Amino acid sequence: MTPADLDFVAALVRAHAGVVIRADKAFFIETRLGPVARREKVPGVPALLEKLRQTPDPVLTRQVVEATLMQETSFFRDRAVFERIGKVLLPELAARRPDGRLRVLCAGCATGQEAYSIAMLATDLAAPAAVEIVAVDFGQFPLEKARTGLYTHFEVQRGLPIRRLLAHFDKIDENWRIRADLRQMVQWVELNLLDDLTGLGNFDLVLCRNVLGSLTPEAQTRVLASLEAACRPDAVLVVGAQETPALSAAFRPAGSPGLWQRSPTVAPVPSSASTPVPARTQA
Amino acid sequence: MKRVRTCLVVDDSRVMRKVAIRIVEQLEFEGVEAGDGLEALTYCRAAMPDAILLDWSMPVMDGIEFLRRLRAEPDGARPVVVFCSAESRPERIRLAIDHGAAEYIMKPFDGDIIASKFEAVGLI
Ligand SMILES: C[S@@+](CC[C@H](N)C(=O)[O-])C[C@H]1O[C@@H](n2cnc3c(N)ncnc32)[C@H](O)[C@@H]1O
Repeated sequence: MTPADLDFVAALVRAHAGVVIRADKAFFIETRLGPVARREKVPGVPALLEKLRQTPDPVLTRQVVEATLMQETSFFRDRAVFERIGKVLLPELAARRPDGRLRVLCAGCATGQEAYSIAMLATDLAAPAAVEIVAVDFGQFPLEKARTGLYTHFEVQRGLPIRRLLAHFDKIDENWRIRADLRQMVQWVELNLLDDLTGLGNFDLVLCRNVLGSLTPEAQTRVLASLEAACRPDAVLVVGAQETPALSAAFRPAGSPGLWQRSPTVAPVPSSASTPVPARTQA
Repeated sequence: MKRVRTCLVVDDSRVMRKVAIRIVEQLEFEGVEAGDGLEALTYCRAAMPDAILLDWSMPVMDGIEFLRRLRAEPDGARPVVVFCSAESRPERIRLAIDHGAAEYIMKPFDGDIIASKFEAVGLI
C-alpha cells in the first residue's frame, strides 16, 4: 500500500466515521483490507482502492471503512469500572426508578462484550428483566457476532470470572454462548455515532469507552453532544478509563476514572455544544 | 522491601510447567514447580506458597485430591488456587470451584489469560 493509498483510506475513514488513522497503522489497515479485496474479487488491496477511486460505491466504501476500525474489547474491561457500575451505580439508579426500569446505552459496542458485561451485572439486581440495553456500532460484522453471543475459548477467559461463565454461558463445541435471557436484554443497532442519535431515546447509563480517543476533535465534540443529550437528568456517562472528554459543566467526576455524573440541577447541554470545552482532568 | 511471593505450578508436563513458570515470573512471582499432587503437597508442607496454578489430571495424585488435602493442612486455606486444566466441561469446572479453587483456566492458555485471572482473584 503506497502512502497515497493510506491517505485515501484515511480520508474515507475520517469522512465517514470521524476516526483518525495514524500513519503507523498502514500494516494493520492493509491486513484488514485483504479480505475485502478477496470478497470483491480484485487482485489485491491497491486494486480495491483503485476500484473505489473510479466508482465511489457507498456499500464498498462502508465495508472499507468498517474494516479499518479497531474492535478491540473484552468482558469487564477495566474491572474497577464495572465493579462500581455493578455494586453502586446500577442498584442506585434502579432504586430511584419506581418500576426499576433502566435504559443503558453502549455506544461503540464492538463485538458485544461490554453490553453483555452490563447484562450480567444486571442479573444481580432485583428486576434484571427491567434493564434494557441498547448497543450501537458502525460495524456489521462485530454486531453480527454480538447478536449470536458466541465467544471463543480465549475471549471468555479475558476479564470474565469463571463463576460468571458458568452462570451465564452454555458450552457449544469449543465455544461458549451467552444464554438467551441475557441476549434478550440487548438490542443491537447498526448506526454511525456521527448521525442523529435522538431516535434511540434517553438513558440512565451511557457508556462510550475507547471510542472517543480515536475520533477527530470535531467528531468527538459531535458525539459527546449527542451522548450528553441522550442522558437523563441524573444519568451517569462512562468513557474509557484513560479518556478525558471535554464534557459540559453538567457533568462531574463520579468516583472512578472515566465515570461522570450528570447533575439534575445544572442546565443540560448548551446549544453552542459545537465549541469544544477545554479538557478537564480527573483527580 | 516487598517480599517476593511464590507461585507453585503443579503439572505433570515439564513443558507446561516451564511455560507457566515463565508467565508467573513475568507477573513478579517466584515460580516453583511440582510434577503431581503429592509432590505439591510435600512442597506446601515445607513452605506454603501464595498462589498455586493447578493441573487436574495427573499421575499419583490429581488436582482435586491435592486441593482437598491442602485445605486440611494448617495454613492450607491461605494459598489462592487457580486451576489450569484441559478439562472444560461446565459441570467439571463447577466441581473444581466447589472444592475451593478461586479461578479456573481452560487450556490452552496464554500470558494474557493468566494475568487476567490473577487480576480477577486479586493476586495482581
Ligand atoms: C475499540 S472498540 C471499543 C469497544 C468497547 N466500547 C470497549 O471499550 O471495549 C471501538 C468501537 O467503536 C466503533 N466506532 C468507531 N467509530 C464509530 C462511529 N463513528 N460510529 C459507530 N461506531 C464507531 C468501532 O466500530 C469499534 O467497534
